[in-house]
Amino acid sequence: MFDFSYTIWIVLIPFFLFILIGFLGNKFKPAVSGIVGSAGLFISWILSIYTAYKYFFVVGRVDDVYQQIIGYNTLWLRFTDTLHIDMGVFIDPISVMMLIVVTTVSLMAHIYSTGYLKGEKGFERYYAFLSLFTFAMLGLVVATNIFQMYIFWELVGVSSYLLIGFYYTRDTAVAASKKAFIVTRFADLGFLIGILLLSYYCGTFDFLTLTSPTGPAIGTPPAATFIGMSVLTWAMILIFMGGAGKSAMFPLHIWLPDAMEGPTPVSALIHAATMVVAGVYLVARLFPIYITVPIALQLVAWVGAFSSLFAAIIACTQYDIKRVLAYSTMSQIGYMMCALGVSGMGGHEGLGYMASMFHLFTHAFFKALLFLCAGAIIHAVHSNYLHEMGGLRKYLPITHITFLIACLAIAGIPPFSGFFSKDEILVAAYHHDTALFLIEYVVAGLTAFYMFRLYFGIFWGKKQDYHHAPHEAPKSMTIPLIFLAFGAMFAGFIPFSHLVTSDRHIFELHTEWIIAIPSIVIALVGIGVAWVMYLKPTGIPGKIAHALHGFYRAAYHKFYVDELYLFITQKIIFDHISKPIAWFDRHIVDGSMNGISYVTNQASDRIKGFQSGQLQQYALVFVSGAVILALVFIYLWT
Amino acid sequence: MTSNQFMFLLFSAVIVIFSILTVTSRRILRAATFLLFVLVSTAGLYFLLKYNFLAAIQLTLYAGGIVVLIIFSILLTSHIAEKLPTASLMKKWPAAMVALVGAALCIVVILQYNFPGSVGSTELVNVTDIGENLISYGRHGYALPFEVISVLLLAAMIGAIVLAKKRKD
Amino acid sequence: MFEGVPLSWFLILSTVMFFVGVYGFLVRKNLITMLMSIELILNSVCINFVAFNKILFPEHMEGMFFTIFIIAVAAAEASVAIAIIINIYRRIVNIDVEKMDEMKY
Repeated sequence: MFDFSYTIWIVLIPFFLFILIGFLGNKFKPAVSGIVGSAGLFISWILSIYTAYKYFFVVGRVDDVYQQIIGYNTLWLRFTDTLHIDMGVFIDPISVMMLIVVTTVSLMAHIYSTGYLKGEKGFERYYAFLSLFTFAMLGLVVATNIFQMYIFWELVGVSSYLLIGFYYTRDTAVAASKKAFIVTRFADLGFLIGILLLSYYCGTFDFLTLTSPTGPAIGTPPAATFIGMSVLTWAMILIFMGGAGKSAMFPLHIWLPDAMEGPTPVSALIHAATMVVAGVYLVARLFPIYITVPIALQLVAWVGAFSSLFAAIIACTQYDIKRVLAYSTMSQIGYMMCALGVSGMGGHEGLGYMASMFHLFTHAFFKALLFLCAGAIIHAVHSNYLHEMGGLRKYLPITHITFLIACLAIAGIPPFSGFFSKDEILVAAYHHDTALFLIEYVVAGLTAFYMFRLYFGIFWGKKQDYHHAPHEAPKSMTIPLIFLAFGAMFAGFIPFSHLVTSDRHIFELHTEWIIAIPSIVIALVGIGVAWVMYLKPTGIPGKIAHALHGFYRAAYHKFYVDELYLFITQKIIFDHISKPIAWFDRHIVDGSMNGISYVTNQASDRIKGFQSGQLQQYALVFVSGAVILALVFIYLWT
Repeated sequence: MTSNQFMFLLFSAVIVIFSILTVTSRRILRAATFLLFVLVSTAGLYFLLKYNFLAAIQLTLYAGGIVVLIIFSILLTSHIAEKLPTASLMKKWPAAMVALVGAALCIVVILQYNFPGSVGSTELVNVTDIGENLISYGRHGYALPFEVISVLLLAAMIGAIVLAKKRKD
Repeated sequence: MFEGVPLSWFLILSTVMFFVGVYGFLVRKNLITMLMSIELILNSVCINFVAFNKILFPEHMEGMFFTIFIIAVAAAEASVAIAIIINIYRRIVNIDVEKMDEMKY
């Protein structure tokens, strides 16, 4: 058997980079941090590619079944003989795929940032955090048990918080980082309770034991129930809550658009390609258990589908290009969730699972590419807003081409990668539930529309007066763009059904043209509408917005979800729960303590007068006391 | 009135009058002198009680030692001509009240109590007996208090020297 | 009866002397006069001891020995007290007891 224990270094290298850059970064020139970080990650990337090659093509497949391998394991915390927390590296198709995704996108973000953040204050701090994030994300994907995953899950949350708040002098960035942290923390509370429920009833944290068909979760599921549903269902729903928080599913999505306050490469890496798909990865990781609790799986599907539609509608109305991309990310992750929710187990039944992972993989490329392109555009015009852009195709040729490729990929135009993965999702949804299929079908059209709205708005449309002529980004930024563009173009040809499947058996995939052709058509319709509306400045968008007055307003204001949250937290929780409790604490609890100290103070103030330091006064009191006592004892106390 | 009664009353009168003068005189050196009279009269009382040795100690130690010490310290710290300020009435009245009430209480109690009358021996106490008792450790022996008081005196002596010594700085 | 002088006479005398001493201690401001008042008090106690010894237990000598020790203690106390008084005088050029309230803090 091939020894995979070297894979621990894929995870540990970014950790050591974090230590190195974090503690020694300010001793050298800022550029050194960027080069060291990128070089270190390059080693991780090479190791990941090597691992993928070894796993998928050399040792992983035995009789057309991919093996689950514990590459490295160490006992970390021991509770009982069966319940203990390990730290290790778990090698199976999805974790290897995620290794590729994370290291690739992270490497690209590292290289890109050397150009994008050149000369920024806190350059080495940025690289330290980026390494920390990469370490945490890699630790998450290779987790051998759910608790290790939880630890790294929180660690990615922290590094995401740190990176969103990178420009900590801006109030909005600080608020956004806090929002992201608090919302995901709230979701993680559910995750933690889910983990505890699951581990309590199953007696193990280990993924291998949990997902084995004869294991304590699937083979002999716990019989306990709570409010009509089995404990296992509750556990899986709560765990999904954690995943939904991280993956910005409705209604826990509110942090993602605000998280765009971070530097753009961070958005590309964390909030598009890697961290936000952690929820999808989590569900996929526990998929064998989800398949046994249909209610939870149904929830996953509907939450995913609704989120994708919801986000797509909002994306059509936004003007901040990064926010459009953020909503697009949410929409695409909704796709992946939905695909998982409609999937079955094994062979062609597990098409949704495979499609979800496929889409995760291709999405990482084209969405990271979109964000990095957006970064290049913002870098050139110093604005986030669509209406301050236009006619940029002459100034930014490379960005233009790569952005177009990414748009075609996300819109699902063959032969770009998005077509293949999205098509499989639609097929899976079609075979499972027509309603879900229709939603996803509409979303596909909307996706094409809003992406090309961006494309035409930025690169065509009315030419703006810029302060200085926009210039193409430096090589350090364009090279990652070109690399990712190749990924976005050709990733679709990877035969995923031979690599990543629900039960790790390979199966043959056939393109169902009856679904594929309509999906291409609706994508083309979306592009065509965008073409008509945005190629040249026209009055059509304004008229449509006017016609859909209320609906447009609602979508523009993100359906008032933020306001709803504010209402619930401030008006209901703060005003009616927290404030009375605070009042009680301040007036009753503190008051009694203050009262005691006040009384003591006053009393001592009064008593202090007795101690005048006048010796004769003391003597007088003493003698008169003695005389009075003598009188009392002689005459009164007979 | 026997001669003893007469002598007692004489000494008592001297003691009481000069005690009061001691605590009321505004000239401090006079107060010390009045104190000397009081102490000497007390020694007279001891003679009356046929405690000649004790009276001698009283004269030498109290009158000769302590009063001289007090006079020295008065000369060190005060001007002889200086008149002490009188205490305020606020201070005098409570003190006088306490003293009067206490004295009255004690006197009333003493008069009410019927002491067993016993004719005390008129013979002198032998100095040899005093000396033997002071260094014997049996019944009626005072060897331990004697040693303790010696140590105390030594400690007081050293302490007084250390306290009164001029600081170097 | 000690040849006509009852015990209560001695006791009344010592009582008067004692409370005169107490009065002096409470009223006089000068530290040295306060010390003299203390001597008065001690002396009155001595008279008590001696009188009790002589009139009630003439065959014993406890009262006399106590008086001797009291005189010794008084001497020690007077010497230390005067040393302290001189020390205070050096510091604040005053021996008024009412000024000596620094130690209350």
